Formats: sequence, structure tokens, C-alpha cells
Amino acid sequence: MMNGSALGEFHFPDDRYEIRLSGSGGQGLVLAAMLLAEAVGADPAKRVIQTKSYGPEARGGASKSDVVISTSDIYYPKAYKLDLLLAMTQESLDKYYRDLKEHGTLIVDDTLVSQVPCEEYYALSFTQFAQEQLHNVMVANVIALGSIAAITSVVSLKALMKVVLARAPRGTEEINRAALEMGFHEGMLLRQESEGFCIAA
Amino acid sequence: MPQADRQLMMGNTACMHGAIYAGVRFYAGYPITPSTEVAEGCARELPRIGGRFIQMEDEIASIGAVIGASVAGLKAMTATSGPGYSLMIENIGYAYMIEAPCVIVNVQRGGPSTGLPTKVSQADTMQARWGPHGDYTAIAVAPSSVAEAFTETVRAVNLSERFRTPVTILLDEVIGHMQEMVSLPEAGEYPVVDRAKPTCDPADYAPYGPTENCVNPMPAYGEGYRWYATGLTHDPRGFPTERPDEIVATLERLRHKIEDHRPEIDKVRADRMEDAEIALVSYGSVSRTALQAMMLARGAGLRVGCVQLQTVWPFPLEPLRTLLQNTRKVIVAELNMGQIVEQVERIVPDGGRVHSLLRYDGELITPHQLIDKINEVST
Repeated sequence: MMNGSALGEFHFPDDRYEIRLSGSGGQGLVLAAMLLAEAVGADPAKRVIQTKSYGPEARGGASKSDVVISTSDIYYPKAYKLDLLLAMTQESLDKYYRDLKEHGTLIVDDTLVSQVPCEEYYALSFTQFAQEQLHNVMVANVIALGSIAAITSVVSLKALMKVVLARAPRGTEEINRAALEMGFHEGMLLRQESEGFCIAA
Repeated sequence: MPQADRQLMMGNTACMHGAIYAGVRFYAGYPITPSTEVAEGCARELPRIGGRFIQMEDEIASIGAVIGASVAGLKAMTATSGPGYSLMIENIGYAYMIEAPCVIVNVQRGGPSTGLPTKVSQADTMQARWGPHGDYTAIAVAPSSVAEAFTETVRAVNLSERFRTPVTILLDEVIGHMQEMVSLPEAGEYPVVDRAKPTCDPADYAPYGPTENCVNPMPAYGEGYRWYATGLTHDPRGFPTERPDEIVATLERLRHKIEDHRPEIDKVRADRMEDAEIALVSYGSVSRTALQAMMLARGAGLRVGCVQLQTVWPFPLEPLRTLLQNTRKVIVAELNMGQIVEQVERIVPDGGRVHSLLRYDGELITPHQLIDKINEVST
């Protein structure tokens, strides 16, 4: 018999890990999410689903792509409460910050994000790095991916590198390798810095 | 399946691979979001295996070319979304009438008109049943995962060949664009059906005659059998008729060839329905939400089960009636203003048992919305 009592607070399976890569159309976030999902999915123990949401514009407009990871079957394919949010524009941060879990990981591109509504977050200048150091703004998404491998344990640099190099258009392998390594390096510096803070506190 | 073959694949791409697996060798289409990856995949893969891909000037021409390829003997497919499906409707009616097997993929987005090009919807469900005018019985299937986008496409092609009829695949933006790790099956793992060909003397061939199972063998044009295809109501030889007995025979044959073979066509997936007091009925992307909500509700001790309509049309009356007979409440969840819920109400007549959860803002129903609905109907 049904007990009639209301189903109260409930939680998704504990090992469900939800990522959202968000920004503006043209920043390559859907592609980045695809690369991330492919790198995670290479591990046969992991289930992964990637979905996307974008506007009708070819460039500009809000764009996001969700990657959901679990060791058990994933039914609802969209992110619900984010464990990790990457915001590559102020607009996307404003729009999706509320979907981030308490103590979830926030990574912002501080080239394009100036106001962050919390204290704990990682800021890297993906777009600026891409423009000034690699002379190609298009690889900002790959730099961001590298930082995700460093800041979280969700994917390894090695797995990402394999996928990025396999998918890179011919002739762009080196710049993509450099972008991924740069993001990983900068991410590691930030991570060490933040862990240092934690210990000091 | 070998793990090494696992690959990240989009629902639309899996649909394309399913079509090729089932023997589709002709694709004509006009790209439209969110279906374009089906065309892209066919453009890449078909020429490599001796097939043809044509990008036509619009959707009307696309379905015309598909029907032409079908009567010329090829398994043929097109893919589109709501606006293109609307343009194809007249020729889809022609395909029902001349009994040209073909597959139309509709990756649904918000409508009416251009609506929401990049947002999910299931508002073309009724259109897949009643799009063209006149009386006929339509077949439509609805995958709810990347793997099903493959297997249900194989099934759709098989059904179209078996029953000489257009079959619609109701994908939606979420399933079409979603990527999951899948392994494609080996050849032979799933059956592939080819249309029956006539073996009689060409002089005796009647393309639309009365037959035992209501489906006539179909030669390709050029194989020596002469036959006439017309959208006008026709006699056994295919020529226009106004004789009442011939009109009735033709219309009834179109109906019976589907209705009399429902066990071959009906397909639903039931999860945890053995002891379910509340049934969640859904199809396409919403079935994923339903399964998630069911797992959460079961975790809290509620007897919730799921029924996914893999065949949407003809509406799987008998399997659903059996599954729902012992349930206390039925919640039908869909991304439109209430299309399938009316079908469910037809078979669950007791007032108050059937509830509906509808969403039509371009987003997928969330597990929380379904849980709230479960709470609402169970208290």
C-alpha cells in the first residue's frame, strides 16, 4: 500500500557529477563539452552524457553544454545541480550561477567576467591567454579544458590530450597541445594556491 | 559488445547508422536544426557504400525524391524538423496511397511555424498520426536514447518495408543532439527486412490487389513489371476508380495491413510495472526523466513504474491496457499541450485516474517536476 506521505527532499545518486560549460555562441563550449565527454567516456567504468543548449544564432547568444558523469546508468540527461560550472562570459555566469551546488567548483574566464557573486572560485584569463600567448582566440576553450583537468579530478590531462589531438583539424595539433598544457599548468598553480589557503586557514 | 568499439555518438548520428544498417541507400533532404546531423552523416557515409545523398532545394522536393527512389527499388529516408515535416505532408499522403515504403525522421523542435529552432518539443506527435488528409493508419516510433536512435531506426525501416508504408521516427532535440557512449552492433545482430518482390508473370501482376495479409509484393521500376502509381483512389491494377466496392476495398486494405498486424508493430518498454501503483507513461526524451523520477520515488518506498511508448502510432492499445489495469494512478508526461494523454484516457476510462504533466517552454521535464506530480496525485 502507498503510505500517502509526500516524497520530500531527494537526491540524485551520490556519484553523479554534473558539469556545465557556458558562454557565448562561437566560444567553442559545445565542442569543449564533447571533447570532455569523450575523454571521460574512454574509461569503460564511466557513463557519460553530453547535451547542449544554444540559440538560433551562428555566433553570439547564450550557449551551454552539460556533461553528466556517473558509474551507474544516467537517465535524466541534463545537469540539475552543478558540481562544476565554467563561465566564459558574465552573462553565462549570471544566468547559471544559481544552478551551482553549495561548495560546487566555479571556474570563470576573468577576461570577460568581472563580477563574481561568491568568494571561492577559480579565475583564469583563458581568452587573454589564447589571444596574447597563442595568438589564436579560438583555443580559449581548450585552455579551459586543461584547467578543468588540473582543478578537478574528473578527467586526466592524458585522456584529454588523446581526444584533443585526435579531433584537432590537421595542422592545429601543436597549438591545441600547447593550449591544453597551458590550461593544465595555470590550473595547477591555482589549485596549489587554493589548497595552500585552506591549510593556512 | 567489445569495449574498444565504444564511441561517443549523437542520437542523430546513431539514427543515420541505423538507417544504413537496415539497408537505406538513398537520402534526399534539406538541412534543418535540430536534424542536420542525420543529413551530414548520410552525406559522408552513403557515397562510400554505393548509396546516394542529394541535398534538394526544399523539403517538398526531398520527400518527392525519397518516394521516387523507393519505387525505383531503394530503401530511402529523409530527416527534417517540424517546419520541413509540414512541407512534406502532402507527399507523405501520396506515399501512404501508393504504398511506397520510406522513412521520415522528424527531430522535433518547438512550433508552430519556425517556433523554437534549437529547443526540444514533442508537439508533432499528432501530426505524425494525422498529418496528411484522408483515412490511413500511420506508424511512428520514438527512441529515448542514442542506442535506441539506432535500433528504432532499424525497426522503422523494417516496418516500412514489411508493410509498404511511410514510417515516421519521432526523435526530439534532446535525443537527437544528446551524446552517449555506444557500440554499434555487428551485421546480423538485428534482423533486416526487405520488401517482398512479385514472382508471378508480369502480365498477371496487380500492384494493389486483394492479398491475404493486405501487403502486395512490390517490384522496382525497371524490373519488368509495369504498374501505375497514382494518388487517386485506385483499383487492383492501380488505375483510378470511383466504384464504391473498389474504393472501400482499397481503403480497408490500407487500414487492415497495419491494424491486423499490431503484434508485429506494438512496442512498449515497461520498468517496475509488476507492482506499480503509479504509472508514468511517456515517450522520447521524457522517458529518461520518468526513469529518473521512478528510481528516486522507489528509493523513497513509492511503488512507481514506467511505461515508454517505443511505438507511438498506431497507439499500442492492448499492451498499455494490460500494463495499466492494476494501477491506481497514471501520469502521462509529454512536451506539448496534451496529445498522448488523450489516447491514454481512451483506454483508462475511470475519471480521475489519468493525470497529465505537460511542458512546452522548450525545456525537458525535470525529475523534480515529475516527483511533485507524483506527490500531488498520491495524496
